[in-house]
Amino acid sequence: MPRDTLTGSRIRERRTILGLKQADLARKAGISASYLNLIEHNRRRIGGKLLLDLAEILKVEPSMLTEGAEAALIASLREAASTTRGSTAELDRVDEFAGRFPGWAGLLAEARLRIETLERSVETLSDRLAHDPQLAEALHEMLSTVTAIRSAASILNEPEEIDPDWQRRFHRNIHEDSARLAESSRSLVSYLEAEGKAASESGTPQEEVTALFEAAAYHFPALEAGQAPEAVAAELEADLSDSARVLLLRALRTYAEDSAALPLPQVLEAVAEDGADPLALLRRFGCDPARAMRRLAALPGEAPCGPVGLAICDASGALTFRKPLPEFPIPRFGADCPLWPLFPALSRPMAVLSRRVQFAGRQGGAVRAFAVAQPASLPQANRDPIFEAHMMFTPEGPAQGGEETELVGVTCRICARAACPARREPSLLGDAAERGG
Amino acid sequence: MSKHVLLIEDEPNIIEAISFILSREGLAVETHSDGTTANEKLRGASPDLLILDVMLPGKSGYDILRELRADPATAALPVLMLTARGQTRDREMAEREGVSAFMSKPFANSEMLDTVRALLNGVPEEAPGKP
Repeated sequence: MPRDTLTGSRIRERRTILGLKQADLARKAGISASYLNLIEHNRRRIGGKLLLDLAEILKVEPSMLTEGAEAALIASLREAASTTRGSTAELDRVDEFAGRFPGWAGLLAEARLRIETLERSVETLSDRLAHDPQLAEALHEMLSTVTAIRSAASILNEPEEIDPDWQRRFHRNIHEDSARLAESSRSLVSYLEAEGKAASESGTPQEEVTALFEAAAYHFPALEAGQAPEAVAAELEADLSDSARVLLLRALRTYAEDSAALPLPQVLEAVAEDGADPLALLRRFGCDPARAMRRLAALPGEAPCGPVGLAICDASGALTFRKPLPEFPIPRFGADCPLWPLFPALSRPMAVLSRRVQFAGRQGGAVRAFAVAQPASLPQANRDPIFEAHMMFTPEGPAQGGEETELVGVTCRICARAACPARREPSLLGDAAERGG
Repeated sequence: MSKHVLLIEDEPNIIEAISFILSREGLAVETHSDGTTANEKLRGASPDLLILDVMLPGKSGYDILRELRADPATAALPVLMLTARGQTRDREMAEREGVSAFMSKPFANSEMLDTVRALLNGVPEEAPGKP
């Protein structure tokens, strides 16, 4: 087995997740606490029986301690096996499989991911078929016309004598209705073709816009230079579906307003002094916190404050904008972690939350996250405001001043956090699930 | 004495075809196309049978059915509902509102005639709402 230098960190990580003291783990493994400390700081290589003992006490496969990347692969394999009904995969030998056939195992994990993506598109499409008012209207129109044609045609087809006046009327009706039917079926076909094209290329309209923002690295020099959002949208939207164009224009208008209120040169000056701090930025410019967060997340890659991620959700928790960072991945499909500061912000409207957040079971990579929920539109008399929440995050170094780090996940199934108050379903990683509330 | 059928439907050519086949059966057919005034029309017409389309301008067939079932004068009136969506959900909704029969478009003329005959024969001679 290949061994890297981070085995100690993984032991420490796992021990922390289980809430074990260093001294307790050392005692159980029959070594001194100071020796364990050296191991945990990757200053002593370990292997053989000690590794196996530690793995057993920590209730993980030894390979999970020695091979971080492989652990993720094993997790996806476990997920593939557990979500396939009647699967006879040898779960107890999953490590051996991943270890001996890493290529095949990777292929299987990737295929499983692809199936999941496709399942989502099928769901989205059938949802659209069942609830699309335009489609329902078109089908209703067609069925009505067919009904009229069928009735009139069968009257004409009967052997009984029909008054010539009535005969002419029914002939005329059938003629009119068949023209209508031809027209409505043509428009139905072109509607379905357009829909099919958009859906097959890039999923939902929101995903199309997200992909476009990602391709632009979330920064639009033309808008920064004062060009109208309509003009910029016109240049970018060629390959988008109609719904995505609406979303794109809305997003670019917001961007343009933010950029006009907080011009790029001044913002760059500000972050050179304050770093990516939305509160410092709003004090300088007198803007609201959400705008400050959006502005920081729209800075060019070389900005002195480093990378800034952003997630925006509406009051139902559905994500409407996502700019992930390597430290803070945001899955494409729902089921996010309720512990992200984004969601608690919704229950504390207008309060700016600041949390140190880290993904459970990951090495380092903590972020500073700011979140706020504020009304999405201007106030109206006697109307409850509709809130939306913004969460901005930046990579952060070691914890300072004893601040607690909130352990969060991407989604429950692959989350390592034990004793989680927000757990929705059991985890596939080790025994975090049984221990979680 | 010929029986009296009220047809509430907004598609003119369907109205013409249904009127024709029912009249030929010796039934007196009256038609109406507007959902909002359907119940007033019904009170004035007091038919032996109502044929009601679900998708009407102004008001849905389900709402019209609910209202006429709540009115003692029409509570027992046989009602045949027509819909261009034959899904179970629609059928269930119609049954919950007290429909007597349900037919999805496109239907055959013979099917329509059979159902209308069956519904009219099921009407007791001294049914409420009859003159």
